[in-house]
Amino acid sequence: MMGFDRRLVEHFDWLLFCLTVGLLGLGLLGLYSATYDGSPQASPQFIRQLIWAAVGFCGMGLAFAIDYRRLEQWAYLLYGATLCLLILVPLIGSFGGGARRWIYVGMFSLQPAEFMKIGLLLVLARWYHRVVPPGGYGIRDLFAPAVFFSAPALLVLWQPNLGTTITLGLLFLTLTFTAGLRLQSLSILALAGGSILPFIWTYLKPYQQQRVLSFLYPDIDPLGAGYHMIQSKMTVGSGMLWGKGFLLGTQNRLDFLPEKHTDFIFAVFAEEWGFVGALGLLVLYCALLIRLLVIALRARERFGLLLTVGVAGIIFWQIVINTGMNVGALPVVGVPLPLLSYGGSSLLTTMVAIGLALNVSTRRLFF
Amino acid sequence: MNEQSEVFASQETLTACYRRIGVISLIILFVFCALGFRLWQLQIVEGDRFRTLSEKNRIRLKRLPSIRGLMLDRTGRVVVGNHPSFDVILVPEDAQDRLTTLHTLASYLPQAVDFLEGKAPRNPLRPAYEGISVARDISWDTLAMIESHQLDLPGVSVEANLKRFYAAGNLAAHLVGYIGEVNQAEMAAYKRYRQGDLIGKVGLEKAWEEVLRGYNGGQQIEVDATGRKLRVLDEVKTQPGYNVHLTLDLELQEQVEQALGEAEGAVVVLAVETGEVLALANRPTFDPNLFALSIKPNEWRTLVEDPLRPLTNRALRGQYPPGSTFKPFMALAALKEEVVMPETQFNCQGGLPFGGRTFHCWKRPGHGWMDLKQALAQSCDVYFYKVGQRLGIQKIAQAARRFGLGQDLGLALAASPGLIPDIEWKRRRFNAPWYDGETLSVVIGQSYVLTTPLQMAVATAALANGGIIHRPFFVTQVSSVDGEPIQIYSPEIMTRTEIPEEHLRIVRDGMREVVHGERGTGKKAFLPDIEVAGKTGTSQVVSRIPGKEEKVPRHHRDHAWFIAFAPVKTPKIAVACLIEHAGKGGGAVAAPVVRQVLEAYFRIVEQRKLENDGIRQTAG
Repeated sequence: MMGFDRRLVEHFDWLLFCLTVGLLGLGLLGLYSATYDGSPQASPQFIRQLIWAAVGFCGMGLAFAIDYRRLEQWAYLLYGATLCLLILVPLIGSFGGGARRWIYVGMFSLQPAEFMKIGLLLVLARWYHRVVPPGGYGIRDLFAPAVFFSAPALLVLWQPNLGTTITLGLLFLTLTFTAGLRLQSLSILALAGGSILPFIWTYLKPYQQQRVLSFLYPDIDPLGAGYHMIQSKMTVGSGMLWGKGFLLGTQNRLDFLPEKHTDFIFAVFAEEWGFVGALGLLVLYCALLIRLLVIALRARERFGLLLTVGVAGIIFWQIVINTGMNVGALPVVGVPLPLLSYGGSSLLTTMVAIGLALNVSTRRLFF
Repeated sequence: MNEQSEVFASQETLTACYRRIGVISLIILFVFCALGFRLWQLQIVEGDRFRTLSEKNRIRLKRLPSIRGLMLDRTGRVVVGNHPSFDVILVPEDAQDRLTTLHTLASYLPQAVDFLEGKAPRNPLRPAYEGISVARDISWDTLAMIESHQLDLPGVSVEANLKRFYAAGNLAAHLVGYIGEVNQAEMAAYKRYRQGDLIGKVGLEKAWEEVLRGYNGGQQIEVDATGRKLRVLDEVKTQPGYNVHLTLDLELQEQVEQALGEAEGAVVVLAVETGEVLALANRPTFDPNLFALSIKPNEWRTLVEDPLRPLTNRALRGQYPPGSTFKPFMALAALKEEVVMPETQFNCQGGLPFGGRTFHCWKRPGHGWMDLKQALAQSCDVYFYKVGQRLGIQKIAQAARRFGLGQDLGLALAASPGLIPDIEWKRRRFNAPWYDGETLSVVIGQSYVLTTPLQMAVATAALANGGIIHRPFFVTQVSSVDGEPIQIYSPEIMTRTEIPEEHLRIVRDGMREVVHGERGTGKKAFLPDIEVAGKTGTSQVVSRIPGKEEKVPRHHRDHAWFIAFAPVKTPKIAVACLIEHAGKGGGAVAAPVVRQVLEAYFRIVEQRKLENDGIRQTAG
């Protein structure tokens, strides 16, 4: 189309980029500690994550380079592609921890459910951009977006992967809310959601039910999820004001937490860096999210706005669910902490999402 | 104009979105404040407490193993129970100086030396705070020593646990089975087990594992810096396993084992009307108590390397040619197919020439003229060669299978199917046609024919009850610890063959003659006041010229069989007895065993009846 556009550099959103890099750095620090086994050599997980971070920067660059208005035109194609990947999972995917979530490509495993977040975001932003009924969306208008959401959500739930299903659901709700609902539809949606819950409940696997129950009634499973919860609280709490210091977390060392490098990375971080560190981390996240919303406010058209709000939504809800679980305020559900948790697909997805936001931010002054 | 309105519309919809983005920002700020507050609560307000708890991780999980269910015999006597066992546990995290602690411990407990020398089992998956079992079932003296030196032994504790106790010792050991620590394969197959858990490995312990095991519980406990329990924070109660009521009669079992003596072999006693297994004995045997707390390597080696294979459940898994005990079933087939009449006579001259060789009768001078009944009583081979020639292999196989021989009996326990050959089998197995000479060997229960003692007992019971094949069973009831029945098992009929009363009478008469007749082959099973129907059998292991048995190596000697049911008029029990490589005929070695079994059975029944009457009278 055209050569290199100087404006891409002139208007580049350095603030968003630096916040991302800062959080990524903290994440690698936490991961190094969580997978540290006493030897000076970095753990294989740490090295993998470094590789994935490099891949993530490439993904981010790609998501930034292609004009997002072109991506809007490709939305269905990209949505279809991620959906295909997701359908492949039950066919050629691998088992792990009682679920089938991964596809192996060489020595790396991909989790298509993560990429689905981007696919769903693009297709919903496009649809809400193009179809704007006066006075907001009625229930009947929402049929198409509901289908866009349900197809991948059911596939992911079936894996089973409750955490990602919930994230997809919250992304759908966030975008729908931002796009503008009639008050009436909002209440109907709330009602429908409430009545559908019991069905979802029966669909959950026993261990998932157990987790929710053990959150609502901590006494019910003191040996399983209840134990993880108390250990996690203890890990966070024992960090006190200044923390125990880098690589000095005792809870971390003694392996009391399951999946500490993914689901409980926040607890590991809070133990070693204390209240000061953990609060600092939260402030960084908060700054990132506010920056994303500012970009959304400055976007030139609905698509850019919705796209950026969606990016903020994906990141925000994962932070809420993950840290909420880490501080014992929400049930134990496996959701990664964006930019911090170990996991290539999650890291790549988050960085691509932020690349999209950079894209919108930088091109807002282009005509 | 058009473009203008679009831009205007787009601007309007954007402005509408701004309000909602405002709402979203408020939600985000609120949530982050809440998270920050929560962190302040955990790390500042409660930080001290959590810091203390996290040192040496003061909150631990303690597993509470469930109590395994009992096995009771049909009169309620305990066959398998549990006994207290004091186990020494070491938590390495809590032992300040592991080596010193172990050295001190070793002076009271020799087993601790293994840990010093690094011989102890290692499990890299074990969390550092979880205890290792140093010794199990220590003596009272050791217990007292360790308890009184607690202060010198940080990280060492004594736990009262239960160990499996096989109250019946080696009685019915093969049937009851034993337990052992789960292996990797079992853990992968059943999610509920963890390293160190015990699981039924063999026999009823294995088959009824699900029921016997119960559910483990656990405690979240707070401990002090040396690992001592301060308080229980939370608890999941254990659920004890269910008790299993066996069909076994322990008193009879004891008598059966005594009757079998030291001879290698097996005896199965069935209730004729139900298929309940009243007694099941194997020789050689072993003491399952050796397995109750993991078996010592040298004891295990002794059991496994013994050429007589004491761990094998011969009654269920041993496959032997039935020899002449096959004949009653052949007689019924002959009558059914009308190839002989009850009065049909053949002249036995000690052998039958066929295909260029002579098929001998066991009695070389010959039996002379025999009818069916006498042929059974005296076990005339020549008579049955003729029967075999007239029946043909397919009819023979059909008849045998109708009685459950060579069939899978569908037990929860591992059992062998035996083998009843036919033309199809031979083609598949050897890719060769069936030869008529082979029929003559098969009809007298030799050559390819294989049966298990249990199958012979089931078939004998069917002779006694008029053709009903019951699936043999071992458990009548599963009940909770409080004695509440959870599941009751009733007799199950596998197949029912119609046998004319007339045919039954002839075969039963013949079998009665075996024991009571002048020339019967099984007179050693004779009881003075109860009529017994029986059949002897001697099955060849290798074909050879008869000679001095003592000179033949043990594994070439003949097997001896005796099957019986009694009383003849109103049959109650069926017995099958096999003596492996006895070197003598069934009438000589197996019949006396069965006599003792029958005698014991009727004596015990009589005695119980008297006792019950006594109770009833005193109650009245």
